[in-house]
Amino acid sequence: MQAQANYTPQWHDVCGIDDLVVNSGVCALINQQQVALFLIQQNQEQQVFAISNWDPVGQANVLYRGIVGSVDDAIVVASPLYKEHYVLATGECLERDDVSVSVFNVRLDNQRVLVQV
Amino acid sequence: MPTTEFSVVGFFLPIYKVNNMTFSSQPQRIVIIGNGMVGHHFVEQLVNSDQPFEITVLSGENRLAYDRVYLSSYFSGKTAQDLALTDEETYENWGVRAITNAWVSEINPSVKQVVTQSGDIYPYDKLVLATGSYPFVPPIPGNDNPHCLVYRTIDDLEAISSSAAQSHVGVVVGGGLLGLEAANALKQAGLETHVVEFAPQLMAVQLDLPGGDLLRDKIESLGVQVHTQKATTEIVRGESCRYRMNFSDETHLETDLILFSAGIRPSDQLGRLTGLELGERGGIVINNQCQTSEPDIYAIGECALWQNRIFGLVAPGYAMARAAVAHLTGQQGEFAGADMSTKLKLMGVEVGSIGDAHARTPGALVYTYHNQPEGVYKKLVIDGAKENVIGAVLVGDTEDYDTLLQYALNGIALPEMPESLILPTGGEAPSLGADALGDSATICSCHNVSKGDIVGAIDSGCCSLGDVKSSTKASTGCGGCTALLKNVVDSELEKRGVEVSKAICEHFDFTRQELYHLIQVEEIHTFDELLSKHGKGMGCDICKPAAGSIFASVWNDYILNRDHQPLQDTNDTYLGNMQKDGTYSVVPRVAGGEITPDKLILLGEVAKRYNLYTKITGGQRVDLFGARVEHLPSIWSELVAGGFETGHAYAKALRTVKSCVGSTWCRYGVQDSVTKAIDLENRYKGLRAPHKIKFAVSGCTRECAEAQSKDIGIIATEKGWNLYVCGNGGMKPRHGDLFATDLDDVTLQKYIDRILMFYAKTADRLQRTSVWMENLEGGLAYLQEVIINDSLDIGEELEAQMQRITDSYQCEWKTTIESPDALKRFRQFVNSDATDSNIQFVAERDQIRPATRAEKFSEKAIPVEIV
Repeated sequence: MQAQANYTPQWHDVCGIDDLVVNSGVCALINQQQVALFLIQQNQEQQVFAISNWDPVGQANVLYRGIVGSVDDAIVVASPLYKEHYVLATGECLERDDVSVSVFNVRLDNQRVLVQV
Repeated sequence: MPTTEFSVVGFFLPIYKVNNMTFSSQPQRIVIIGNGMVGHHFVEQLVNSDQPFEITVLSGENRLAYDRVYLSSYFSGKTAQDLALTDEETYENWGVRAITNAWVSEINPSVKQVVTQSGDIYPYDKLVLATGSYPFVPPIPGNDNPHCLVYRTIDDLEAISSSAAQSHVGVVVGGGLLGLEAANALKQAGLETHVVEFAPQLMAVQLDLPGGDLLRDKIESLGVQVHTQKATTEIVRGESCRYRMNFSDETHLETDLILFSAGIRPSDQLGRLTGLELGERGGIVINNQCQTSEPDIYAIGECALWQNRIFGLVAPGYAMARAAVAHLTGQQGEFAGADMSTKLKLMGVEVGSIGDAHARTPGALVYTYHNQPEGVYKKLVIDGAKENVIGAVLVGDTEDYDTLLQYALNGIALPEMPESLILPTGGEAPSLGADALGDSATICSCHNVSKGDIVGAIDSGCCSLGDVKSSTKASTGCGGCTALLKNVVDSELEKRGVEVSKAICEHFDFTRQELYHLIQVEEIHTFDELLSKHGKGMGCDICKPAAGSIFASVWNDYILNRDHQPLQDTNDTYLGNMQKDGTYSVVPRVAGGEITPDKLILLGEVAKRYNLYTKITGGQRVDLFGARVEHLPSIWSELVAGGFETGHAYAKALRTVKSCVGSTWCRYGVQDSVTKAIDLENRYKGLRAPHKIKFAVSGCTRECAEAQSKDIGIIATEKGWNLYVCGNGGMKPRHGDLFATDLDDVTLQKYIDRILMFYAKTADRLQRTSVWMENLEGGLAYLQEVIINDSLDIGEELEAQMQRITDSYQCEWKTTIESPDALKRFRQFVNSDATDSNIQFVAERDQIRPATRAEKFSEKAIPVEIV
């Protein structure tokens, strides 16, 4: 197995902004990595977040199917399996210190969604 | 498993380097020998200390730490994986290097190195021995025959399991706590099971004679034969079985399998080889910091000897682990002995023992309560001055255990009549108020949290039970102290004038009922509108589904329209129940449980085509499991085309109306229960409610449809229908209450309309009808007033609302498969037609089941094929 460190993250054109669902999630497959994409709309402002789709507690690829919301000021998704909350910006799990999920950079370019994996 | 070992070594080197770079000074190297429960707890505590250590775990077994306390559950279907307390990935994430199959052959304290049998050398700054113990096998001639086994590790269990497969009779030598656990294992493996004990009673350490006798009665009634006062002299070839055990009293017992569980001995060989100080009868001597005679070597758990005692339970081992971690990290804390009280369930028999169970303390006084008919024995031991509880024995009923243990551990003053602590007084026993406890009182013994710690956490800003739990870890171990903890937290919060909020969540300062009222009165149709008018933040997984359910109850819109879709739980979004691997189940409606052969065949064809696991449900329909999200639309297209509609099995809504076959076929039926069930199911299907709702209709008083365990239960009489309400099965079963008798069809429907609508409007989120009614002031009588006598003058309105919902019913799956926009949601990936490679199945009894993690790695799993 090659060391992961040899890979430099690359930008991938994943889908159009229309493929995302407002205040909900969809999933993209980028080089065998499942990425959950969330389009968050708050006060007319839109933000896109990308985190790993793997639920480290439930051990299944399901995070994009969770409900998004806020806990204090953090924008979070609740795992649909056991309801842990993950902060979309950092991947931190609010209930448990021993798990977290990866986060990926996202940018929008001319109505296309690009993710850095 | 060479591949696993390889990947561990290969993966770990980078992390090791990262650690070195992160910290400017070299972190201390800690090597732990042994990865049992105590060794693992030590690692966990050390990692949580957040101080830089370079941690290496050497495990002699071929797997990492697992739960030995629940070992016998291996025979009731738990796998090695279920019992695991950790895995390689977790240790990797913690930055802990873990090596399995690593037998340590030598420790060199002078150069601070550990050498394994394979010749690998591990340097250490501090070494921790957590080597545990091994089972004692009495020196009986013949004890080394095949099928003479011990009960300690998962490997032992595998040996027992394969031996049991070739045996009919099994004997456990030893009637202590572990012996009885082992007997349970043999019984679950299907053997005729015997227990042979040297002492005159079972569990002689923890129980007195009457307690032991009662336990024996109970265990014998479960089919395990107990032989006490038997000393085995030899094991010879048997006549009817593989072996014969001869006893010193000239009797004998024939058996195929012998399991020794006659106590444990510390695994202290490494201590002996290294020249550490040992006890006279073994055990590595430690001080209060758990250091051995070599100060840089610690010993914890069952290999350690503290004040000439070995502690053979997990809790004292954990306490030692914490003491050693405290010493290593420069924190306060030492091992000061441990309470050996235990509470457990042996083959379903509750047993508890606290402190001086045998009343051996000079001057000790005893109260006993013995209820022979019900098989309950309780003994309370108090000190001569009648001030404190010093011991107790409980057999058959351990409900008082927690309270008695608090009295004993915390020196709480006895109530005026100490016997009230163990007498059944119908709920009048003096309950242990939070205020009776001193600050030093231990609340959570798993994590050693005192009442003072909890008060401190509240003083430093914790405002809820959840806050206190995550800040102190209290009640996150075995959970036995949950009620007491809540008591303490509530009482402390109350003292500080904190009102316990009834708000649904942080985004709305309202109850569900208040939200329902706002949505209806202000004609609010979307969550955004509700949030901007009455809430704050973005909403969450509590308030969003609650609002979605209210919108559905009030307006009955298609739940997946653009505004409502983000509010739904995944089950509602994908119109199926998500299973543990992320697949969904498919449950079409089978109203009243009546189904044509053609429809049954269609179900079978669809299940075959999509390779779905098929099971009959308790609600008289068929559940198809293992559907991938991207297959749901085509599965449902076929079902809808064949005349099926959604069964709402995923929703907080009406599930099923179960029925017996009724007067149409049955000799005893007095009404047509099937037609009634189908009519009711069709009227109320699709009604969104605070929780799921189940109905049943029985055609006579024999009650074959089990209507009294349902939210709405209907039982036919000669004159009409008797209506039962607010029953439920599940976690807390409750029989429905008889609401009205001999109703005609019209009145029956009128009452049910009103009850369901009143429930949907006024119940709390996720509140079943049973709890809802119990919380209505006035309960059943009040509900009858509102529904039958229309005391609130809302009857007609409730009926009209229900009629609107019935009229606007749509099958959500039919709507979904006809909507290209909705179908977009059922793609697994927005940018690929690939499937989720983590979803894998194996065959079991000619169907699929989800592959375990091990099976996925071994490539035994089969891909799903669509034929």
